[in-house]
Amino acid sequence: MSNGRESLLTIETPEGVEFSYDLATPVTRSLAWIVDAAAIAVISKGVSQVCQWLGVLNQDWANAVSVILYFLISVGYGITLEWRWHGQTIGKRVMGLRVVDSQGLRLQLSQVILRNLLRFIDMLPLLYLVGGIASFCSRNCQRLGDLAAGTIVARVRHPQAPDLEQVAPAKYNSLLAYPHLAARLRGLASPDAVSIAVRAVSRRDGYEPLARIELFQELAEYFQSLAQFPEAAREGLTGEQYVRSVLRVVYGGRRG
Amino acid sequence: MIIDLPRFVSAERAYWDELHAALAKMEAEPERRLPLEEIQRLHYLYERCSSDLSRLDTFATEPGLRAFLESLVSRSYSVIHETRAPVRIRWKNVVLAFPRAFRRHLGAFRLAVAVTLLGCAFGWFALHVDSRNKATLLPFSHLLIPPSERVAQEESAKEDRMKGVKASFAAELMTHNTQVTVMAMAFGVTFGVGTLILLFYNGVILGAVATDYIAGGQGVFLAGWLLPHGSIEIPAILLGGQAGFVLAGALIGWGDRTPRAGRLRAVAPDLVAIVSGAAVMLIWAGIVESFVSQYHQPVIPYGLKIAFGLCELAALTFFLGWVGRE
Repeated sequence: MSNGRESLLTIETPEGVEFSYDLATPVTRSLAWIVDAAAIAVISKGVSQVCQWLGVLNQDWANAVSVILYFLISVGYGITLEWRWHGQTIGKRVMGLRVVDSQGLRLQLSQVILRNLLRFIDMLPLLYLVGGIASFCSRNCQRLGDLAAGTIVARVRHPQAPDLEQVAPAKYNSLLAYPHLAARLRGLASPDAVSIAVRAVSRRDGYEPLARIELFQELAEYFQSLAQFPEAAREGLTGEQYVRSVLRVVYGGRRG
Repeated sequence: MIIDLPRFVSAERAYWDELHAALAKMEAEPERRLPLEEIQRLHYLYERCSSDLSRLDTFATEPGLRAFLESLVSRSYSVIHETRAPVRIRWKNVVLAFPRAFRRHLGAFRLAVAVTLLGCAFGWFALHVDSRNKATLLPFSHLLIPPSERVAQEESAKEDRMKGVKASFAAELMTHNTQVTVMAMAFGVTFGVGTLILLFYNGVILGAVATDYIAGGQGVFLAGWLLPHGSIEIPAILLGGQAGFVLAGALIGWGDRTPRAGRLRAVAPDLVAIVSGAAVMLIWAGIVESFVSQYHQPVIPYGLKIAFGLCELAALTFFLGWVGRE
């Protein structure tokens, strides 16, 4: 179900489709915890201040309320927020993380409670040392609470539909005159290379002119190595124009 | 597979948007029961989106689109393939879940009791062999003075030493004991070793105190002092130990061919029910310890305190043993 100790947890559905979660690293989780610890400290300080004012009425009861509320805040903070905000606390929101079920199912209240109660162990002996070690050793970066509750902490993705017109406008494309070679290019171009090409086109104005020429030339040579289009198709095209044409081919554009 | 991406996106986008809207609505109202038509439509959209995702698998396309579809499929999958009932907090069910979970794991509770009794026996033995061990076994100053001296002090007290601190003392007891109980459960993750040590240590202290007071001829005082709160507090910590052993059992999985994740998933609601029940018990125990247990004869007669403690124990036994039986 997962790819060794990698940053992805891949889940295959009974329909045979795979989807994956980007696992949060222990470092990112530590940063989220620091934000949460600060939030708990601020809330506790506020509550303590209110209890001090109530102490004018009865100091004993004010102290009792303060002790109980501090305990409830420190234990209930994670439980309440992760349950109400679908696996997120303030720290996790800031760091773009989310607690999810390790099998991709709906996160249950019992899982949220259990992973938060097991913090008592993960926090030992100080600064989440036990949890940190468990997280480093675990294949899916799980602390003990996550292992027991069957949860993982994943990075939140903000997927958006692609803007094809920006990266590869539908203009005349000489490569599309050779449909068999275009099909070959589509089949051989790796997602990573295509992704790099898309980013290069999107950021082309930010590059130094020489660096931009070199980058697009390298990308063009890579794509040329996958499918050898005739000289007539490449004639007069700069590296950048060739890469844009390739993107239009890869994204299935028709002859313009 | 070769696809025309712009045409593919424009043809399928309406379905993706519909699925996205349906999921957002379900996430916003998790308790809403869907009518059959909506369930069928959701399932259709999920399968369509899954199919779209698999079509992209063999095609070098923009990763953002794949991430977008993956997100839709994963969210739908968590809704469609979830077999556990959605959480609907009904107080009757919440209250009954506790004794039911307790009875489902009676073996683990017996083990917790046995380990504690073993600790008691060790505490008794250690004090019986050499009374100087008391200082090592009982790291609490008020327990180090001879029992007869303490009883005399308590019974002759003219002033209420708890005056002005009763509520805060109760709060300290509640939070501390709840932490101990949660720790007893959480230590189950060490394959039960931590739970075992914690319960044994508790038993040692209990055994040593009981031995000290009984040997000093203060058995009635001890019963009057401990029973009002101890009849709830000690079982609560034993329940924490029970939860710890249940967790350890799920981790070890003797004779169970279910995968570890499945075993842990199965016991999680019971662990939460047991620990939550124990925490509620400890709120009561904290109040009683601070407001009742600290007052001795002649303020409150020992007979009354012992009877009170026994009534609590009987009520707890009835609740855990019989309430919610099906």
